[in-house]
Amino acid sequence: MSHKLPRRARLVLYGVLLVLLVPFVFPTWWMVTSSLKPASEIFAFPPSLLPGDPGFGAYERVFDLQPFAQQYWNSMYIAVVVTIGTLAVSSMAGYAFARIRFRGQNALFLVVLTGLLIPSEVTIVPLFQMFNDWGLTDTHWPLVLVPILGAPSVLATFIMRQFFITLPAELEEAARMDGLGRFALYWRIALPLARPALAAVGIFTFLHSWNLYLEPIVYLSTPEKFTLPQALTQFTDAYGGPMWDVQLAAASLTALPVLAVFVFAQRQFVEGLAHTGLK
Amino acid sequence: MATLERARTKAADPRPRGDGSRRPFWTARRRDQLAGYLFIAPQLLGSVLFVLIPLVLVFWYSFHEWNVLAGSFHGVGADNYRALADDPKLPGVLRATAFFSVGLVVLNLSLALALAVLLNQKLRGSIVLRTLFFSPVVVSLVAWTIVWGFLLQKNGGINAGLDLIGVEGPNWLRGETSSMISVVVVQVFKNVGLNMVLFLAALQGVPRELYEAATVDGAGRWRQFLRITVPLISPTILLTSIITVVGSLQVFAQIAVLTQGGPGNSTTVLVYYLYQQAFEFHHFGYGATLSVLLFLIVLVLTVVQWQMRKKWVFHES
Repeated sequence: MSHKLPRRARLVLYGVLLVLLVPFVFPTWWMVTSSLKPASEIFAFPPSLLPGDPGFGAYERVFDLQPFAQQYWNSMYIAVVVTIGTLAVSSMAGYAFARIRFRGQNALFLVVLTGLLIPSEVTIVPLFQMFNDWGLTDTHWPLVLVPILGAPSVLATFIMRQFFITLPAELEEAARMDGLGRFALYWRIALPLARPALAAVGIFTFLHSWNLYLEPIVYLSTPEKFTLPQALTQFTDAYGGPMWDVQLAAASLTALPVLAVFVFAQRQFVEGLAHTGLK
Repeated sequence: MATLERARTKAADPRPRGDGSRRPFWTARRRDQLAGYLFIAPQLLGSVLFVLIPLVLVFWYSFHEWNVLAGSFHGVGADNYRALADDPKLPGVLRATAFFSVGLVVLNLSLALALAVLLNQKLRGSIVLRTLFFSPVVVSLVAWTIVWGFLLQKNGGINAGLDLIGVEGPNWLRGETSSMISVVVVQVFKNVGLNMVLFLAALQGVPRELYEAATVDGAGRWRQFLRITVPLISPTILLTSIITVVGSLQVFAQIAVLTQGGPGNSTTVLVYYLYQQAFEFHHFGYGATLSVLLFLIVLVLTVVQWQMRKKWVFHES
Protein backbone atom coordinates (compact mmCIF):
# COMPACT_ATOMS: atom_id res chain seq x y z
CA MET A 1 0.00 0.00 0.00
CA SER A 2 2.96 2.26 0.22
CA HIS A 3 3.80 2.68 -3.42
CA LYS A 4 4.16 6.26 -4.58
CA LEU A 5 0.87 8.10 -5.00
CA PRO A 6 -0.06 10.25 -7.99
CA ARG A 7 0.23 13.99 -7.47
CA ARG A 8 -3.50 14.69 -7.12
CA ALA A 9 -3.99 11.97 -4.54
CA ARG A 10 -1.01 13.33 -2.62
CA LEU A 11 -2.51 16.81 -2.45
CA VAL A 12 -5.85 15.43 -1.23
CA LEU A 13 -4.02 13.39 1.38
CA TYR A 14 -2.13 16.44 2.65
CA GLY A 15 -5.39 18.37 2.83
CA VAL A 16 -7.11 15.63 4.85
CA LEU A 17 -4.15 15.28 7.22
CA LEU A 18 -3.88 19.02 7.81
CA VAL A 19 -7.58 19.28 8.70
CA LEU A 20 -7.31 16.28 11.00
CA LEU A 21 -4.31 17.87 12.64
CA VAL A 22 -6.25 20.89 13.95
CA PRO A 23 -7.70 19.33 17.15
CA PHE A 24 -4.31 17.79 17.94
CA VAL A 25 -2.21 20.93 17.65
CA PHE A 26 -4.59 23.84 18.13
CA PRO A 27 -5.34 23.30 21.87
CA THR A 28 -1.66 23.51 22.80
CA TRP A 29 -1.23 26.61 20.65
CA TRP A 30 -4.34 28.14 22.23
CA MET A 31 -3.09 27.30 25.72
CA VAL A 32 0.23 29.05 25.23
CA THR A 33 -1.03 32.10 23.35
CA SER A 34 -3.97 32.66 25.71
CA SER A 35 -1.68 32.44 28.73
CA LEU A 36 0.16 35.46 27.32
CA LYS A 37 -3.02 37.51 26.85
CA PRO A 38 -4.36 39.86 29.51
CA ALA A 39 -7.46 38.39 31.20
CA SER A 40 -9.70 40.86 29.37
CA GLU A 41 -8.53 39.61 25.97
CA ILE A 42 -8.99 35.91 26.67
CA PHE A 43 -12.67 35.93 25.76
CA ALA A 44 -12.42 38.61 23.10
CA PHE A 45 -14.60 38.06 20.07
CA PRO A 46 -13.65 37.26 17.41
CA PRO A 47 -10.87 35.31 19.16
CA SER A 48 -7.33 36.36 18.32
CA LEU A 49 -4.82 33.70 17.35
CA LEU A 50 -1.96 35.78 18.70
CA PRO A 51 -2.02 37.93 21.84
CA GLY A 52 -2.40 41.61 20.92
CA ASP A 53 -0.35 42.75 23.87
CA PRO A 54 1.64 39.74 25.12
CA GLY A 55 2.69 39.77 28.76
CA PHE A 56 3.76 37.46 31.55
CA GLY A 57 1.36 38.81 34.19
CA ALA A 58 -0.47 35.50 34.53
CA TYR A 59 2.83 33.66 34.94
CA GLU A 60 3.83 35.88 37.85
CA ARG A 61 0.52 35.22 39.58
CA VAL A 62 1.01 31.46 39.20
CA PHE A 63 3.92 31.71 41.64
CA ASP A 64 2.14 34.22 43.92
CA LEU A 65 -1.05 32.23 44.41
CA GLN A 66 0.51 28.87 45.22
CA PRO A 67 3.92 27.47 46.16
CA PHE A 68 4.19 26.55 42.48
CA ALA A 69 7.98 26.25 42.37
CA GLN A 70 7.83 23.78 45.26
CA GLN A 71 5.03 21.85 43.52
CA TYR A 72 7.04 21.80 40.32
CA TRP A 73 10.00 20.39 42.20
CA ASN A 74 7.75 17.77 43.85
CA SER A 75 6.48 16.50 40.50
CA MET A 76 9.94 16.58 38.98
CA TYR A 77 11.80 14.71 41.68
CA ILE A 78 9.00 12.16 42.16
CA ALA A 79 8.95 11.42 38.42
CA VAL A 80 12.75 11.07 38.30
CA VAL A 81 12.92 8.80 41.36
CA VAL A 82 10.03 6.68 40.06
CA THR A 83 11.64 6.37 36.64
CA ILE A 84 15.06 5.32 37.96
CA GLY A 85 13.50 2.98 40.51
CA THR A 86 11.21 1.38 37.94
CA LEU A 87 14.07 0.88 35.48
CA ALA A 88 16.11 -0.86 38.18
CA VAL A 89 13.31 -3.06 39.50
CA SER A 90 11.79 -3.97 36.14
CA SER A 91 15.04 -4.62 34.30
CA MET A 92 16.29 -6.92 37.07
CA ALA A 93 13.02 -8.83 37.32
CA GLY A 94 12.61 -8.90 33.54
CA TYR A 95 16.16 -10.19 33.15
CA ALA A 96 15.68 -12.93 35.74
CA PHE A 97 12.39 -14.12 34.26
CA ALA A 98 13.89 -14.17 30.76
CA ARG A 99 17.41 -15.55 31.29
CA ILE A 100 17.82 -17.31 34.62
CA ARG A 101 16.28 -20.70 35.37
CA PHE A 102 15.01 -21.09 38.89
CA ARG A 103 12.46 -23.22 40.66
CA GLY A 104 8.91 -21.85 40.62
CA GLN A 105 9.75 -19.35 37.94
CA ASN A 106 6.53 -19.64 35.98
CA ALA A 107 4.31 -19.55 39.03
CA LEU A 108 6.11 -16.48 40.35
CA PHE A 109 5.82 -14.82 36.96
CA LEU A 110 2.07 -15.38 37.04
CA VAL A 111 1.90 -13.86 40.53
CA VAL A 112 3.65 -10.76 39.21
CA LEU A 113 1.49 -10.64 36.06
CA THR A 114 -1.76 -10.29 38.03
CA GLY A 115 -0.70 -6.66 38.41
CA LEU A 116 -1.33 -6.22 34.68
CA LEU A 117 -4.94 -7.20 35.07
CA ILE A 118 -5.84 -5.00 38.01
CA PRO A 119 -6.32 -1.28 37.39
CA SER A 120 -4.78 0.68 40.24
CA GLU A 121 -8.18 2.26 40.95
CA VAL A 122 -9.43 -1.10 42.21
CA THR A 123 -6.94 -1.16 45.06
CA ILE A 124 -6.92 2.54 45.96
CA VAL A 125 -9.15 2.13 49.04
CA PRO A 126 -7.04 -0.54 50.82
CA LEU A 127 -3.79 1.09 49.69
CA PHE A 128 -4.93 4.37 51.21
CA GLN A 129 -5.77 2.54 54.42
CA MET A 130 -2.38 0.77 54.46
CA PHE A 131 -0.46 4.01 54.04
CA ASN A 132 -2.70 5.66 56.60
CA ASP A 133 -1.85 2.90 59.11
CA TRP A 134 1.83 3.39 58.42
CA GLY A 135 1.48 7.15 58.97
CA LEU A 136 2.53 7.84 55.37
CA THR A 137 -0.47 9.76 54.07
CA ASP A 138 0.31 13.36 53.17
CA THR A 139 3.84 12.26 52.30
CA HIS A 140 5.27 11.41 48.90
CA TRP A 141 5.99 7.80 49.85
CA PRO A 142 2.82 6.31 48.30
CA LEU A 143 3.51 8.17 45.05
CA VAL A 144 7.02 6.70 44.92
CA LEU A 145 6.70 3.21 46.38
CA VAL A 146 3.55 2.00 44.62
CA PRO A 147 4.64 2.90 41.06
CA ILE A 148 8.16 1.49 41.53
CA LEU A 149 7.17 -1.80 43.14
CA GLY A 150 3.48 -2.24 42.42
CA ALA A 151 1.18 -2.65 39.45
CA PRO A 152 2.59 0.16 37.22
CA SER A 153 6.05 -1.46 37.11
CA VAL A 154 4.62 -4.85 36.18
CA LEU A 155 4.05 -3.70 32.61
CA ALA A 156 7.65 -2.45 32.58
CA THR A 157 8.88 -5.83 33.82
CA PHE A 158 6.86 -7.56 31.12
CA ILE A 159 8.33 -5.34 28.38
CA MET A 160 11.88 -5.86 29.70
CA ARG A 161 11.38 -9.61 29.81
CA GLN A 162 10.12 -9.66 26.23
CA PHE A 163 13.24 -7.76 25.24
CA PHE A 164 15.74 -9.90 27.14
CA ILE A 165 14.25 -13.08 25.68
CA THR A 166 15.39 -11.96 22.23
CA LEU A 167 19.07 -11.70 23.20
CA PRO A 168 21.16 -14.53 21.72
CA ALA A 169 22.38 -17.07 24.27
CA GLU A 170 25.93 -17.13 22.83
CA LEU A 171 26.57 -13.61 24.11
CA GLU A 172 26.23 -14.68 27.70
CA GLU A 173 27.98 -18.00 27.24
CA ALA A 174 31.07 -16.27 25.93
CA ALA A 175 31.04 -13.84 28.85
CA ARG A 176 30.53 -16.69 31.27
CA MET A 177 33.66 -18.39 29.98
CA ASP A 178 35.49 -15.22 30.96
CA GLY A 179 34.28 -15.81 34.50
CA LEU A 180 31.52 -13.21 34.77
CA GLY A 181 28.89 -13.78 37.45
CA ARG A 182 25.18 -13.20 37.08
CA PHE A 183 25.17 -9.61 38.18
CA ALA A 184 28.04 -8.78 35.84
CA LEU A 185 26.20 -10.51 32.97
CA TYR A 186 23.14 -8.41 33.68
CA TRP A 187 24.98 -5.16 34.27
CA ARG A 188 27.71 -5.35 31.64
CA ILE A 189 26.21 -7.43 28.86
CA ALA A 190 22.40 -7.35 28.94
CA LEU A 191 21.66 -3.81 30.16
CA PRO A 192 23.81 -1.96 27.61
CA LEU A 193 22.07 -3.93 24.84
CA ALA A 194 18.66 -3.12 26.28
CA ARG A 195 19.01 0.62 25.81
CA PRO A 196 16.03 0.97 23.39
CA ALA A 197 13.72 -0.92 25.73
CA LEU A 198 15.02 1.00 28.74
CA ALA A 199 14.43 4.29 26.92
CA ALA A 200 10.86 3.37 26.07
CA VAL A 201 10.09 2.15 29.58
CA GLY A 202 11.78 5.22 31.08
CA ILE A 203 9.84 7.66 28.94
CA PHE A 204 6.49 6.11 29.68
CA THR A 205 7.21 5.73 33.36
CA PHE A 206 8.12 9.41 33.56
CA LEU A 207 4.95 10.47 31.71
CA HIS A 208 2.80 8.21 33.87
CA SER A 209 4.20 9.68 37.07
CA TRP A 210 4.02 13.25 35.72
CA ASN A 211 0.31 12.76 34.88
CA LEU A 212 -0.78 10.98 38.04
CA TYR A 213 -3.89 12.70 39.39
CA LEU A 214 -6.13 10.37 41.41
CA GLU A 215 -3.36 9.20 43.76
CA PRO A 216 -2.05 12.68 44.67
CA ILE A 217 -5.52 14.00 45.44
CA VAL A 218 -6.24 10.93 47.56
CA TYR A 219 -2.97 10.93 49.52
CA LEU A 220 -1.91 14.59 49.75
CA SER A 221 -3.58 17.41 51.66
CA THR A 222 -0.89 20.07 52.19
CA PRO A 223 -0.43 22.47 49.23
CA GLU A 224 3.37 22.45 49.70
CA LYS A 225 3.33 18.71 48.97
CA PHE A 226 1.02 18.84 45.94
CA THR A 227 2.13 17.68 42.53
CA LEU A 228 1.51 19.67 39.35
CA PRO A 229 -1.71 18.11 38.00
CA GLN A 230 -3.26 18.57 41.41
CA ALA A 231 -1.95 22.14 41.74
CA LEU A 232 -3.29 23.15 38.30
CA THR A 233 -6.90 22.77 39.33
CA GLN A 234 -6.47 24.87 42.48
CA PHE A 235 -6.23 28.22 40.69
CA THR A 236 -9.82 29.28 41.30
CA ASP A 237 -11.43 32.56 42.24
CA ALA A 238 -13.54 33.29 45.32
CA TYR A 239 -16.56 31.63 43.70
CA GLY A 240 -14.73 28.44 42.79
CA GLY A 241 -14.62 29.38 39.10
CA PRO A 242 -11.31 28.84 37.28
CA MET A 243 -8.95 31.80 36.85
CA TRP A 244 -8.40 31.02 33.21
CA ASP A 245 -5.36 33.14 32.49
CA VAL A 246 -3.51 31.77 35.53
CA GLN A 247 -4.64 28.16 34.91
CA LEU A 248 -3.50 28.33 31.31
CA ALA A 249 -0.15 29.83 32.30
CA ALA A 250 0.37 27.09 34.88
CA ALA A 251 -0.78 24.45 32.38
CA SER A 252 1.74 25.79 29.85
CA LEU A 253 4.50 25.56 32.43
CA THR A 254 3.51 21.95 33.09
CA ALA A 255 3.13 20.89 29.48
CA LEU A 256 5.86 22.73 27.59
CA PRO A 257 9.07 21.23 29.09
CA VAL A 258 7.96 17.67 28.39
CA LEU A 259 6.72 18.67 24.95
CA ALA A 260 10.07 20.31 24.18
CA VAL A 261 12.02 17.21 25.25
CA PHE A 262 9.69 15.13 23.11
CA VAL A 263 10.28 17.25 20.00
CA PHE A 264 14.04 16.75 20.36
CA ALA A 265 13.85 13.06 21.21
CA GLN A 266 10.80 12.06 19.19
CA ARG A 267 12.61 9.26 17.35
CA GLN A 268 13.39 7.59 20.67
CA PHE A 269 9.79 8.06 21.79
CA VAL A 270 7.95 6.81 18.79
CA GLU A 271 10.37 4.10 17.75
CA GLY A 272 10.83 2.96 21.31
CA LEU A 273 7.11 2.53 21.61
CA ALA A 274 6.77 0.80 18.27
CA HIS A 275 9.77 -1.33 19.16
CA THR A 276 8.37 -2.57 22.42
CA GLY A 277 5.26 -3.16 20.24
CA LEU A 278 4.23 -5.49 23.05
CA LYS A 279 4.42 -8.58 20.93
CA MET B 1 11.89 -26.03 51.65
CA ALA B 2 12.18 -29.73 52.35
CA THR B 3 14.26 -30.20 49.25
CA LEU B 4 16.53 -27.42 50.30
CA GLU B 5 16.92 -29.01 53.74
CA ARG B 6 17.78 -32.36 52.20
CA ALA B 7 20.23 -30.77 49.81
CA ARG B 8 21.96 -29.01 52.65
CA THR B 9 22.34 -32.22 54.71
CA LYS B 10 23.76 -33.93 51.71
CA ALA B 11 26.22 -31.15 51.04
CA ALA B 12 27.26 -31.07 54.68
CA ASP B 13 27.74 -34.84 54.73
CA PRO B 14 31.24 -35.19 56.19
CA ARG B 15 31.84 -38.69 54.87
CA PRO B 16 34.60 -38.64 52.33
CA ARG B 17 33.68 -39.32 48.75
CA GLY B 18 35.55 -41.54 46.40
CA ASP B 19 38.00 -38.87 45.36
CA GLY B 20 38.29 -37.55 48.89
CA SER B 21 36.99 -34.05 48.11
CA ARG B 22 33.79 -32.41 49.36
CA ARG B 23 31.46 -30.91 46.80
CA PRO B 24 30.89 -27.25 47.79
CA PHE B 25 27.30 -26.20 48.57
CA TRP B 26 27.46 -23.07 46.43
CA THR B 27 27.65 -24.67 43.02
CA ALA B 28 27.41 -22.37 40.02
CA ARG B 29 23.88 -23.61 39.48
CA ARG B 30 22.77 -22.78 43.03
CA ARG B 31 24.41 -19.41 42.90
CA ASP B 32 22.52 -18.72 39.69
CA GLN B 33 19.20 -19.71 41.23
CA LEU B 34 19.84 -17.45 44.19
CA ALA B 35 20.63 -14.60 41.78
CA GLY B 36 17.29 -15.25 40.07
CA TYR B 37 15.39 -14.97 43.35
CA LEU B 38 17.27 -11.85 44.38
CA PHE B 39 16.64 -10.21 41.01
CA ILE B 40 12.89 -10.71 41.18
CA ALA B 41 12.62 -10.04 44.91
CA PRO B 42 11.72 -6.31 44.76
CA GLN B 43 9.08 -6.82 42.07
CA LEU B 44 7.68 -9.89 43.79
CA LEU B 45 7.54 -8.14 47.15
CA GLY B 46 5.83 -5.15 45.51
CA SER B 47 3.29 -7.36 43.74
CA VAL B 48 2.37 -9.09 46.98
CA LEU B 49 2.33 -5.93 49.12
CA PHE B 50 0.76 -3.45 46.70
CA VAL B 51 -1.33 -5.66 44.41
CA LEU B 52 -2.34 -9.01 45.90
CA ILE B 53 -2.87 -8.03 49.55
CA PRO B 54 -4.88 -4.91 48.62
CA LEU B 55 -6.94 -7.02 46.23
CA VAL B 56 -7.80 -9.46 49.02
CA LEU B 57 -8.49 -6.53 51.35
CA VAL B 58 -10.90 -4.97 48.85
CA PHE B 59 -13.05 -8.09 49.03
CA TRP B 60 -12.74 -8.17 52.83
CA TYR B 61 -13.68 -4.49 53.23
CA SER B 62 -16.65 -4.89 50.93
CA PHE B 63 -18.31 -6.97 53.66
CA HIS B 64 -17.81 -4.24 56.25
CA GLU B 65 -19.32 -0.95 57.17
CA TRP B 66 -16.56 1.47 57.76
CA ASN B 67 -16.99 5.06 58.75
CA VAL B 68 -13.62 6.74 58.81
CA LEU B 69 -14.84 9.87 60.57
CA ALA B 70 -16.54 7.95 63.37
CA GLY B 71 -13.73 5.41 63.45
CA SER B 72 -16.16 2.49 63.30
CA PHE B 73 -15.49 -0.71 61.42
CA HIS B 74 -17.78 -3.73 61.66
CA GLY B 75 -18.95 -6.61 59.55
CA VAL B 76 -22.27 -6.20 57.78
CA GLY B 77 -22.44 -9.36 55.72
CA ALA B 78 -23.69 -8.73 52.22
CA ASP B 79 -25.32 -5.40 53.07
CA ASN B 80 -23.03 -3.43 50.79
CA TYR B 81 -23.90 -5.72 47.90
CA ARG B 82 -27.61 -5.31 48.62
CA ALA B 83 -27.04 -1.55 48.69
CA LEU B 84 -25.26 -1.89 45.37
CA ALA B 85 -28.25 -3.66 43.83
CA ASP B 86 -30.63 -1.00 45.21
CA ASP B 87 -28.42 2.03 44.52
CA PRO B 88 -30.62 4.33 42.41
CA LYS B 89 -27.53 6.03 40.97
CA LEU B 90 -25.78 2.85 39.86
CA PRO B 91 -27.67 2.18 36.61
CA GLY B 92 -26.85 5.70 35.46
CA VAL B 93 -23.22 5.25 36.48
CA LEU B 94 -22.92 1.99 34.56
CA ARG B 95 -24.64 3.52 31.55
CA ALA B 96 -22.22 6.45 31.61
CA THR B 97 -19.27 4.06 31.96
CA ALA B 98 -20.45 1.92 29.05
CA PHE B 99 -21.17 4.97 26.90
CA PHE B 100 -17.71 6.34 27.58
CA SER B 101 -15.95 3.03 26.94
CA VAL B 102 -17.79 2.17 23.74
CA GLY B 103 -17.51 5.70 22.38
CA LEU B 104 -13.84 5.91 23.22
CA VAL B 105 -12.89 2.51 21.84
CA VAL B 106 -14.80 2.92 18.58
CA LEU B 107 -13.56 6.47 17.91
CA ASN B 108 -10.04 5.85 19.12
CA LEU B 109 -9.40 2.64 17.19
CA SER B 110 -10.97 3.81 13.93
CA LEU B 111 -9.21 7.18 14.02
CA ALA B 112 -5.90 5.55 14.99
CA LEU B 113 -6.16 3.06 12.14
CA ALA B 114 -7.18 5.74 9.63
CA LEU B 115 -4.29 7.98 10.67
CA ALA B 116 -1.84 5.08 10.54
CA VAL B 117 -2.94 4.09 7.03
CA LEU B 118 -2.76 7.70 5.80
CA LEU B 119 0.66 8.27 7.36
CA ASN B 120 1.97 4.98 6.06
CA GLN B 121 1.83 6.35 2.51
CA LYS B 122 5.06 7.55 0.96
CA LEU B 123 4.73 11.19 1.85
CA ARG B 124 7.20 13.99 2.34
CA GLY B 125 7.04 15.30 5.89
CA SER B 126 5.24 12.25 7.26
CA ILE B 127 7.67 12.09 10.19
CA VAL B 128 6.75 15.66 11.16
CA LEU B 129 3.03 14.91 10.80
CA ARG B 130 3.45 11.77 12.90
CA THR B 131 5.16 13.80 15.61
CA LEU B 132 2.36 16.36 15.63
CA PHE B 133 -0.39 13.75 15.85
CA PHE B 134 1.50 12.07 18.67
CA SER B 135 2.25 15.29 20.56
CA PRO B 136 -0.89 15.41 22.79
CA VAL B 137 0.28 12.12 24.35
CA VAL B 138 3.15 13.99 26.00
CA VAL B 139 1.16 17.07 27.00
CA SER B 140 0.32 16.53 30.65
CA LEU B 141 -3.20 15.17 31.02
CA VAL B 142 -4.67 17.78 33.35
CA ALA B 143 -3.13 20.63 31.33
CA TRP B 144 -4.69 19.21 28.15
CA THR B 145 -8.04 18.82 29.87
CA ILE B 146 -7.95 22.36 31.26
CA VAL B 147 -7.40 23.81 27.79
CA TRP B 148 -10.29 21.84 26.39
CA GLY B 149 -12.46 22.96 29.29
CA PHE B 150 -11.56 26.50 28.29
CA LEU B 151 -12.34 25.85 24.62
CA LEU B 152 -15.64 24.08 25.34
CA GLN B 153 -17.28 26.82 27.41
CA LYS B 154 -20.39 28.59 26.22
CA ASN B 155 -18.31 31.56 25.07
CA GLY B 156 -15.15 29.51 24.43
CA GLY B 157 -13.05 28.92 21.35
CA ILE B 158 -15.06 26.07 19.83
CA ASN B 159 -18.28 28.08 19.78
CA ALA B 160 -16.41 31.15 18.56
CA GLY B 161 -15.19 29.03 15.66
CA LEU B 162 -18.70 27.70 15.00
CA ASP B 163 -20.03 31.26 15.11
CA LEU B 164 -17.74 32.19 12.22
CA ILE B 165 -19.62 29.70 10.03
CA GLY B 166 -22.97 30.86 11.40
CA VAL B 167 -23.72 28.00 13.81
CA GLU B 168 -24.65 28.64 17.42
CA GLY B 169 -22.91 26.03 19.55
CA PRO B 170 -24.39 24.54 22.72
CA ASN B 171 -22.93 24.88 26.19
CA TRP B 172 -20.94 21.71 25.63
CA LEU B 173 -20.16 20.77 29.22
CA ARG B 174 -23.62 21.55 30.57
CA GLY B 175 -25.76 19.35 28.33
CA GLU B 176 -26.37 15.73 29.35
CA THR B 177 -25.36 14.21 26.03
CA SER B 178 -22.96 16.86 24.82
CA SER B 179 -20.93 16.74 28.06
CA MET B 180 -20.31 13.01 27.69
CA ILE B 181 -19.46 13.34 24.02
CA SER B 182 -17.07 16.18 24.91
CA VAL B 183 -15.24 14.07 27.48
CA VAL B 184 -14.88 11.21 24.99
CA VAL B 185 -13.60 13.47 22.22
CA VAL B 186 -11.09 15.23 24.48
CA GLN B 187 -9.73 11.86 25.55
CA VAL B 188 -9.58 10.51 21.99
CA PHE B 189 -7.41 13.39 20.78
CA LYS B 190 -5.22 13.07 23.86
CA ASN B 191 -4.22 9.46 23.38
CA VAL B 192 -5.03 8.28 19.88
CA GLY B 193 -1.37 8.85 18.95
CA LEU B 194 -0.34 5.84 21.04
CA ASN B 195 -2.55 3.44 19.09
CA MET B 196 -1.59 5.16 15.84
CA VAL B 197 2.09 4.36 16.45
CA LEU B 198 1.33 0.74 17.31
CA PHE B 199 -0.72 0.44 14.11
CA LEU B 200 2.03 2.07 12.06
CA ALA B 201 4.53 -0.46 13.36
CA ALA B 202 2.13 -3.27 12.48
CA LEU B 203 1.46 -1.89 8.99
CA GLN B 204 5.17 -1.81 8.31
CA GLY B 205 5.28 -5.54 9.00
CA VAL B 206 2.82 -6.34 6.19
CA PRO B 207 4.81 -7.65 3.20
CA ARG B 208 4.60 -5.36 0.15
CA GLU B 209 4.39 -8.31 -2.24
CA LEU B 210 0.91 -9.17 -0.99
CA TYR B 211 -0.39 -5.81 -2.18
CA GLU B 212 1.42 -6.12 -5.46
CA ALA B 213 -0.08 -9.55 -6.06
CA ALA B 214 -3.53 -8.24 -5.16
CA THR B 215 -3.14 -5.30 -7.54
CA VAL B 216 -2.24 -7.73 -10.32
CA ASP B 217 -5.40 -9.67 -9.48
CA GLY B 218 -7.36 -6.44 -9.87
CA ALA B 219 -8.32 -5.88 -6.23
CA GLY B 220 -9.07 -2.24 -5.38
CA ARG B 221 -7.55 -0.38 -2.46
CA TRP B 222 -10.54 -0.84 -0.15
CA ARG B 223 -10.65 -4.56 -0.88
CA GLN B 224 -6.92 -4.82 -0.23
CA PHE B 225 -7.41 -3.04 3.07
CA LEU B 226 -10.17 -5.40 4.19
CA ARG B 227 -8.65 -8.62 2.85
CA ILE B 228 -4.94 -8.07 3.51
CA THR B 229 -4.28 -5.24 5.91
CA VAL B 230 -6.93 -5.90 8.53
CA PRO B 231 -6.30 -9.67 8.88
CA LEU B 232 -2.54 -9.23 9.03
CA ILE B 233 -2.62 -6.56 11.70
CA SER B 234 -5.43 -8.21 13.68
CA PRO B 235 -3.14 -9.12 16.61
CA THR B 236 -2.34 -5.42 17.02
CA ILE B 237 -6.03 -4.53 16.74
CA LEU B 238 -6.78 -6.98 19.53
CA LEU B 239 -3.97 -5.68 21.72
CA THR B 240 -4.87 -2.02 21.25
CA SER B 241 -8.53 -2.75 21.89
CA ILE B 242 -7.71 -4.51 25.18
CA ILE B 243 -5.45 -1.65 26.29
CA THR B 244 -8.01 0.96 25.24
CA VAL B 245 -10.99 -0.77 26.88
CA VAL B 246 -9.19 -1.25 30.19
CA GLY B 247 -7.83 2.31 29.97
CA SER B 248 -11.30 3.68 29.26
CA LEU B 249 -12.61 2.20 32.51
CA GLN B 250 -9.93 4.10 34.42
CA VAL B 251 -10.86 7.60 33.22
CA PHE B 252 -10.86 9.95 36.18
CA ALA B 253 -8.89 13.19 35.83
CA GLN B 254 -10.79 14.26 32.71
CA ILE B 255 -14.14 13.83 34.48
CA ALA B 256 -12.90 15.53 37.64
CA VAL B 257 -11.57 18.53 35.72
CA LEU B 258 -14.18 18.90 32.96
CA THR B 259 -17.55 18.02 34.48
CA GLN B 260 -17.24 16.73 38.07
CA GLY B 261 -19.57 13.97 37.00
CA GLY B 262 -22.31 16.36 35.90
CA PRO B 263 -24.61 17.69 34.71
CA GLY B 264 -26.76 15.59 37.03
CA ASN B 265 -24.87 12.31 37.04
CA SER B 266 -24.55 12.08 33.29
CA THR B 267 -20.74 11.80 33.30
CA THR B 268 -20.30 10.00 36.62
CA VAL B 269 -18.36 6.94 35.49
CA LEU B 270 -17.58 4.06 37.83
CA VAL B 271 -14.12 5.19 38.97
CA TYR B 272 -15.36 8.71 39.63
CA TYR B 273 -18.30 7.33 41.63
CA LEU B 274 -15.92 5.06 43.55
CA TYR B 275 -13.75 8.07 44.39
CA GLN B 276 -16.77 10.10 45.52
CA GLN B 277 -18.14 7.33 47.75
CA ALA B 278 -14.81 6.47 49.36
CA PHE B 279 -12.97 9.76 49.59
CA GLU B 280 -15.68 12.43 49.49
CA PHE B 281 -18.49 10.73 51.42
CA HIS B 282 -16.08 8.49 53.42
CA HIS B 283 -18.06 5.31 52.72
CA PHE B 284 -15.01 3.08 52.51
CA GLY B 285 -16.96 -0.17 52.71
CA TYR B 286 -19.22 0.82 49.84
CA GLY B 287 -16.21 2.21 47.95
CA ALA B 288 -14.58 -1.21 48.29
CA THR B 289 -17.76 -2.84 46.97
CA LEU B 290 -17.63 -0.59 43.92
CA SER B 291 -13.96 -1.56 43.52
CA VAL B 292 -14.96 -5.22 43.45
CA LEU B 293 -17.50 -4.39 40.75
CA LEU B 294 -14.84 -2.56 38.73
CA PHE B 295 -12.46 -5.49 39.12
CA LEU B 296 -15.08 -7.98 37.94
CA ILE B 297 -15.94 -5.85 34.90
CA VAL B 298 -12.27 -5.59 33.91
CA LEU B 299 -11.80 -9.31 34.46
CA VAL B 300 -14.80 -10.29 32.34
CA LEU B 301 -13.90 -7.90 29.52
CA THR B 302 -10.31 -9.10 29.41
CA VAL B 303 -11.31 -12.76 29.36
CA VAL B 304 -13.94 -12.15 26.66
CA GLN B 305 -11.49 -10.25 24.47
CA TRP B 306 -8.87 -12.92 24.98
CA GLN B 307 -11.33 -15.59 23.90
CA MET B 308 -12.28 -13.57 20.84
CA ARG B 309 -8.65 -13.76 19.80
CA LYS B 310 -9.26 -17.26 18.48
CA LYS B 311 -12.15 -16.05 16.35
CA TRP B 312 -10.80 -13.03 14.63
CA VAL B 313 -7.08 -12.96 14.93
CA PHE B 314 -5.55 -14.17 11.72
CA HIS B 315 -2.61 -16.52 12.05
CA GLU B 316 0.02 -16.89 9.41
CA SER B 317 0.67 -20.57 8.95
